[in-house]
Amino acid sequence: MRRVLSLIALVALAAAFALPILWLVTAPFNAKPTLGLSLPKPTLQNLYGVFKNPSAVTGLKNSLMQSTATMLIATATATMAAYAFSRAAFRGRDTILYVLILLSSVVSGVSAMVPLYVLMQRLGLLDSHAGLILVYVGGLLPTNMFIMKDFVDSIPRAYEEAALVDGSSPGQVLLNIAFPLCRPGMAVIAVLIFVSTWSNFLVPFILLRSPSKAPASVAIYSFFNEVGIPILGLIAAYSLIYTIPVVALYIIVNRKFGFRFYGGIKS
Amino acid sequence: MRCDNPIISRKVATTFMLPALVFVGVFLAFPAIWAIYIGLTNLTLTGRAAIEPKVVGFANFAAILRDPFFRNSLWITVRFVFGSAIVGQMVLGLTLALLLHNRKGVLKDIVSGVVILAWIIPEVVVAYLWVAFLDYDFGLLNSLRAAVGLRHLNWFFEHPVFSIILFNTWRGTAFSMLLLGAALQTIPPSYIETAEVIGASPWRKFRDIILPLIRPHLVTCAILVTIWTFNVFSPFLLTGGGPAFKTELLSIYTYRNAFKYFKLGYGSAISTLILLINLTLATVYMRLARARRA
Repeated sequence: MRRVLSLIALVALAAAFALPILWLVTAPFNAKPTLGLSLPKPTLQNLYGVFKNPSAVTGLKNSLMQSTATMLIATATATMAAYAFSRAAFRGRDTILYVLILLSSVVSGVSAMVPLYVLMQRLGLLDSHAGLILVYVGGLLPTNMFIMKDFVDSIPRAYEEAALVDGSSPGQVLLNIAFPLCRPGMAVIAVLIFVSTWSNFLVPFILLRSPSKAPASVAIYSFFNEVGIPILGLIAAYSLIYTIPVVALYIIVNRKFGFRFYGGIKS
Repeated sequence: MRCDNPIISRKVATTFMLPALVFVGVFLAFPAIWAIYIGLTNLTLTGRAAIEPKVVGFANFAAILRDPFFRNSLWITVRFVFGSAIVGQMVLGLTLALLLHNRKGVLKDIVSGVVILAWIIPEVVVAYLWVAFLDYDFGLLNSLRAAVGLRHLNWFFEHPVFSIILFNTWRGTAFSMLLLGAALQTIPPSYIETAEVIGASPWRKFRDIILPLIRPHLVTCAILVTIWTFNVFSPFLLTGGGPAFKTELLSIYTYRNAFKYFKLGYGSAISTLILLINLTLATVYMRLARARRA
């Protein structure tokens, strides 16, 4: 009896969580989409429409460019710092780590949007890809550095020690031993960094002005017709195309490594 | 892990840390500290005070505390955080974790998959999904209400705060579900089995065995979801803070003052307050985490 009840509860909860998502599965294929759920004549026209719309394509390209650049810079610097924190002994190490953890949860997009805007204005980096990417890197580094440090801590030091004893130079050890060992961890943080940048709305919304630089998350707000009515077909199809990479990357990471918990802020 | 026998020299370590620390220092730590200074000036986005801002002391803070819109948004934020983070996400997350505990197979994958999906879909997409879901004329929720004989509700007008609480509960429950699910895994099965042998009811099992054992995780979870929910901006995408400021969270209030009214000094003073609240919550969290490890 209790098994049946918990089964019913689970099915009901799954249904409740699925309901708002259904629109994302039906509307992109609806020839005349509304805000409701219906799929009288499935069509791919909306999806083609996205690729024929110049600002839609620009948005996706900008998102890809900004996320990739952030991913490369933040993954490289986070890994190097994490390796140093894990493998070197120096005074003040724990203090730096403590401050970094604190920063990662205290300074959010919301709490820092005003000073970040003023800083970018002073540096002449408002409305530039570079400014946006620098802010992303700074914001994502602490959390991802911790994930990476956990990962490096879990690798036995014996590999590097053995190579050093064998007479390899420190540079060779880093390149031939440490780097290959770190790669799985780097893959995980690279995905996490890419996904958080790709999904972010607030930071580009505040720091960018030109539509030509806007990522997909901001560009989607320009999909209105001449009289200001949202073009639902385009919005729905765009939402789907924009969401697919995020879900795909999460599935890959989950398959390979499983979900784990880290301090810090997701977005 | 303490390392007495370093693999890399101090010089190499410094070189390795430097880029990361510079990025974090300039683009994360500095803005947070600078916010305090800007908050003490009358800096604006346009006009004279944009070029030559003057230090006005605590005038901004005094003005904020006098502003009825600030009190309005603070009260909305408190209800939003309590309703969606503590009651919504944690209760629902724990319920899901308990229901899924020791379960395997397709149903578990489907349920956790859907809940996690709600958590990872980009926020602008989620906002559109909920605008559609809660739409007065065509929205699925109203269609379902109509199907069981209830009238269509104008969600954002009739229940503005409840609507964003509902939205944010849906959005964030996955984290609590995953964290508390992992917590349940740490309970030795023999404890539960013993309780079952002596005939404890499910409620007693939950209250006397499960709850005390996962209490540290519950506290961690509560603090983390409180910080995150406090710093959420996505309701702006749903309602823009309206109707009539009824969903204007502190985050949206900051945005409106700084970027719509161009009052950067004033906005920065609000940021300082938000930073202080975050700092308090995070410090409590770190204290507890450290005490547990010791």
